[in-house]
Amino acid sequence: MRTILALLLVLAVAPAAAQDDPFGSPMWEVLRGEYFGTAPVVFDGRVAVTAPASAENVFAVPVAVDARGLEGVREIVLLADLNPFPLVLRFRPDAAAPFVATRIKVQQATAVRGAALTADGVWHVGGALVDAAGGGCAAPAQAYAEKDWAQHVGEVQARAWAPGPAGTTRVRLRIRHPQDTGLVAGIPAYFIEELALTGDDGRVLGRLQTGEPVAENPVFTLELHPGATRAVRLRGRDNQAGEIDATIPLPWVGREG
Amino acid sequence: MGASVLAAFLTLSASAAPLTYTLTPIRIAEDTYVFEGTREHFTRANGGNILNPGFIVTGDGVLVFQTGPSRKFGEALRAAIATVTAQPIRKVFVSNLHPDYWLGNQAFADVPIAALPGTIEGIRREGEGIAGNMYRLIGDWMRGTEPVPPTEPAYGSTVVYGRHRLRLIPLEGHTDADLAVLDETTGVLFAGGVVFCDRTPTTPHADVAKWLAELDALEALEVRTLVPNHGRVRNDKACIAQTRDWLTWLDRTLRDSVEAGLDMTEALELPIPERFAGLGVLREEYRRSVAHLWPKIEQAALPRVK
Repeated sequence: MRTILALLLVLAVAPAAAQDDPFGSPMWEVLRGEYFGTAPVVFDGRVAVTAPASAENVFAVPVAVDARGLEGVREIVLLADLNPFPLVLRFRPDAAAPFVATRIKVQQATAVRGAALTADGVWHVGGALVDAAGGGCAAPAQAYAEKDWAQHVGEVQARAWAPGPAGTTRVRLRIRHPQDTGLVAGIPAYFIEELALTGDDGRVLGRLQTGEPVAENPVFTLELHPGATRAVRLRGRDNQAGEIDATIPLPWVGREG
Repeated sequence: MGASVLAAFLTLSASAAPLTYTLTPIRIAEDTYVFEGTREHFTRANGGNILNPGFIVTGDGVLVFQTGPSRKFGEALRAAIATVTAQPIRKVFVSNLHPDYWLGNQAFADVPIAALPGTIEGIRREGEGIAGNMYRLIGDWMRGTEPVPPTEPAYGSTVVYGRHRLRLIPLEGHTDADLAVLDETTGVLFAGGVVFCDRTPTTPHADVAKWLAELDALEALEVRTLVPNHGRVRNDKACIAQTRDWLTWLDRTLRDSVEAGLDMTEALELPIPERFAGLGVLREEYRRSVAHLWPKIEQAALPRVK
């Protein structure tokens, strides 16, 4: 009886499991187990991943994951299959559109995937192939060419744009950080692990968990629903407990009132 | 049936044949010849033959401009020069550090190879990486290619070889060190990478503002025939204006897009005006330029917040 039940379960999940990886990546089955466990996974064109077909700069390849075609996205995961650290970031769009763009290091030609978790527990996966000369994760940060780099770690540059037709507030932020992967001899891993954006009322707008492949001096583009807040607070920390704390003004809010 | 087997066999033997560059010298002025490459990017199909190297038979030996993307290309270039003249190679000029200007240097190891000091430094610093990337891009065409830096510095000066009086013009903008050479005797300008003609300009080492100043400097010269390293050879200066038009549009578009809040991934897909449709490698080269130029423009446009 138990065997039959097990067989039935296998049959039930088989259609998803049998879905071939459109990118033919040798790492897909491993990554799937590691990041999505036994949750159902479907390849879904509504998760659009934009990245150049060829990486001109392996230290900073622009990537965007746009899951705005899906309803009720709880989380977005960005993976680079063949990187020594495949997990680029996790994004929880608490009060934000399911969209995140950044720049990543690429160690070799790889599939880059965006996965969006919907309320029904299904992971929807889209992706793009990026060809690359390689070595993006195994070089010292450029910051070390500057003597005073350490005095600037954690500095934030940012700007918000007034909501467009989609009703979201676009925010771009850039944080000075070497983002060392730990793969260069004598240079320990040193990278930002957590970032959270909140309104001035304390409401959480979005949370990012970031990994080694995020490029030096990380840049993020997000689409927030800040409500009536006049500024967005950015707080975060790196893996050596360095703090990030900045306030991004929304200068147009409350002007008319 | 028999025919198709034969055809398949012929296809197989063709793909197994050794890779060879076919280089045909075109006479563009008295004593002056150019080899025209394709208006493409480096591929395994073209072997990196995307440049216009040239030579002048001066009466006091041959001057060569650029040695090509691989050792094999350099050897084919030298052999093709020998079909035109028995004069020995007097000197090679390399215009900048990009791969197709100098990776054929091994074939000219017995003669002086001149470049601006900044080019020599750049090749010493980046040459290994540049060569490694070319192995990835064009594959077996690179077999046996080693990075060989130029052997002597060139400076801004006027030099005379045989019947030809040349002006060596040091510039910067397309790269940190761009050498243009004007043959005052014939009016031929070897513009190197400063001018592109019907081929989208490349920007991996570019400073656009300085590049525009370089174009002004070349515009002021008396030029009868302009040899860009990439694109068509023309008997006028029209492509100086074309290069300026492209760079101006590119810079303006990226700045406006950053200002409007676009993300770098969105910038990759922006429309390109119809007037540039005739430029080779348009979208691909535009995207490469976004990678080169966007981060700096963006950084300057984001205010510091506390």
